[in-house]
Amino acid sequence: MKRLLTLLVTIWFVAFAAPAAATLNVFACEPEWAALVREIAGDKATVSSATTALQDPHRIEARPSLIARMRTADLVVCSGAELEIGWLPLLLTQAGNARIQPGNPGYLEASQYVTRIEIPASFDRSQGDIHPGGNPHIQTDPRNITKVAEAVIERLVQLDAANAQAYRTRGKMFLDRWRAAIQRWEQRAAPLRGVPIVVYHKDWSYFRDWIGLREVGSLEPKPGIPPTSAHLAELVNRMQREPAKIIIYSAYSSPKAAEFLSERTRIPAVMLPYTVGGSDAAKDLFGLFEDTITRLLAAAK
Amino acid sequence: MSTKRAMVLAVAAALGCSPAALAATDDDLRDLREQVRQLKALYETRIQALEKRLQEAEQSARKAEAVAGKAETAASQAAVQASSRPTGENAMNPGVSLMLNGVYGNLSQNRDGFKINGFIPTLGDVGPPKRGLSLGESELAFAANADHHFRGTLIAAISPDNNGAEIEEAHIQTLSLSNGFTIKAGRFFSGVGYHNQIHAHAWDFVDAPLANKVFLGNQLAEDGVQFKWVAPTELYFDAGLELGRGRKFPGGPDGGRNKNGFGSSNLFAHLGGDIGASAAWQAGLSYLGTSPQDRSYDDLDSTGTNVTNSLSGRSRLWVVDGVLKWAPNGNPTYTNIKLQGEYFRRREDGNLTYDTAAASRGTQTGGFASRQSGWYLQGVYQFIPMWRVGYRYDRLNSGTTGLGLFDSGVLTAADFPILESYNPTRHTLMADWNPSEFSRIRLQFARDTSRRGAIDNQLFLQYIMSLGAHGAHKF
Repeated sequence: MKRLLTLLVTIWFVAFAAPAAATLNVFACEPEWAALVREIAGDKATVSSATTALQDPHRIEARPSLIARMRTADLVVCSGAELEIGWLPLLLTQAGNARIQPGNPGYLEASQYVTRIEIPASFDRSQGDIHPGGNPHIQTDPRNITKVAEAVIERLVQLDAANAQAYRTRGKMFLDRWRAAIQRWEQRAAPLRGVPIVVYHKDWSYFRDWIGLREVGSLEPKPGIPPTSAHLAELVNRMQREPAKIIIYSAYSSPKAAEFLSERTRIPAVMLPYTVGGSDAAKDLFGLFEDTITRLLAAAK
Repeated sequence: MSTKRAMVLAVAAALGCSPAALAATDDDLRDLREQVRQLKALYETRIQALEKRLQEAEQSARKAEAVAGKAETAASQAAVQASSRPTGENAMNPGVSLMLNGVYGNLSQNRDGFKINGFIPTLGDVGPPKRGLSLGESELAFAANADHHFRGTLIAAISPDNNGAEIEEAHIQTLSLSNGFTIKAGRFFSGVGYHNQIHAHAWDFVDAPLANKVFLGNQLAEDGVQFKWVAPTELYFDAGLELGRGRKFPGGPDGGRNKNGFGSSNLFAHLGGDIGASAAWQAGLSYLGTSPQDRSYDDLDSTGTNVTNSLSGRSRLWVVDGVLKWAPNGNPTYTNIKLQGEYFRRREDGNLTYDTAAASRGTQTGGFASRQSGWYLQGVYQFIPMWRVGYRYDRLNSGTTGLGLFDSGVLTAADFPILESYNPTRHTLMADWNPSEFSRIRLQFARDTSRRGAIDNQLFLQYIMSLGAHGAHKF
């Protein structure tokens, strides 16, 4: 019993000793947040993303390598709104890192800083894998990224006061460029206003509302439920009556269902990068939106 | 020119056949024409102005409508946001989830006589599911943060047959320790091996591997404390220690010993990492040491009497486990493969007491020594969304059990039939359909030779559904 007590006390003391880090370790759940932190923090932070643009952020495995990264993280930036509910809670409880637990400065949920849409009026799994907190795919509207960027700047300043000036300066530079880019994109995307689209998953809703696209169907019969042949057949019928102009799917989704519908309805199917790294041109956040709009304009012609 | 006069003139002009008009001179007529023209021009501009005003009014009405519409959407959104927020005490309710499962079994051997030859029976039932239709255990789970330091979890298994609810896990876990430390206390699935920590609803097959059945009594849940440390390295490394009561097999007696201190200790360590973007692996080593005291089991002795024997001594179990998961680009949504295997090796030494109740040939005690091993290897392949197939191979090696009572000639091998050397094997095939993350329907076929001289062909059809809070599954 004495040995056990000694062990406990030792662990307690070791565990509460404060660590000192040279640069901030940032764990981003999705590539867009990794890219955003890189824009703002530059070389002041080491940033990694848990998922790639080719992975469905709803469902990846809580891999050992992610727990290892979470263990040394000073800041975790995730979309939130239950997007990562299948894996993030495990990483948080397994990593033994108090700094990044929800409620601490080391935990930032991007969706808290934007107005979420598509908040279901009733929750029932018969409606599919719905998110009670609203649609979590907030990064498809660049105006949301502005809001999150402001929150990230403040958080970096709070966590690493020594470099506050650098975060503020870089942050302002980014925001200036970003706001100018949004104006440019809005002008470029003007011809897309009112264009009817079919989506794969409900992951383009914020983009749709920003650009003014009109969503007339989705390849998934219900959110999170893979396309079924019955649903696709119904969609083909509907498209023959009132055709959409573009079918869009994200880089991480299989193109099969979109191609199936496209072949039968002669509506072009377009892969959109969805996040940074989703296409060759989407190397950073600017490239992401530039490429998305370019691809849509080409398809809408 | 007043409007009234103009009207009169206009009417007069319109009634071109009136006698007054006929009498009019050319000048008058010119005058009249001029006046009519002016009148027309005047009304046209007025009408245009009116039309313009009407248009403007319409436009602003439309605008107002749009604004009202937007306001309405915003209001309803706000209402939804407000109503979706639970109020008062309920807001802090733990996350609740419920697992339901049921099985249809078709077994070629009678399940009541189930045993695994060559191995000392464990303290609970490790048999396959029943014949016919039966309800499996329903799992009820609650979890929430107690405060900023601790998280609590309770998982109860509700038995379908009047055996009440059993606490599978009920533990608290630290949240606020740093430097990679976490402490868990209460009852939890021991971190021995890989499969032992996984809840039955997340198993890839209907039942546990044979090795888990004979070495861990199906699944070992210990009352105790777990200390775990995760290394600050890029390659995942963790190490942990569990100190427990020894309440279950391989400790014992059932419920644990009546003594201070602890009755079981488990040391474990894991390594893990990624291979490119598509594959991830984890390997583990664990050592479970217990000191069973009067751990009893039943056997049929040479006189055909059902006797109770018991073991006191030391039990040491080593487990090596490994798991590899692969999915194209690390996206398991469409296709993925999971390979998993474990190797168990156990030494048990001590004294075996025969016939503790003196029901047959009288209570006698002698030395006991066994070296046993077992392993399984399984693979599960999701070949299209929603559909998976899997295969598992089980094998146990009982080795030769050294019995003092047999060596000294007091009793014969026939008095310990279950300990007679035997190597059970099992082949298992399964296919399951997962229409969503929350439901699974599985068909499984197994050819089990756990019993000497009896091949059991087992067919199961099972459903598993998960209701409520979205669970997160360990790697």
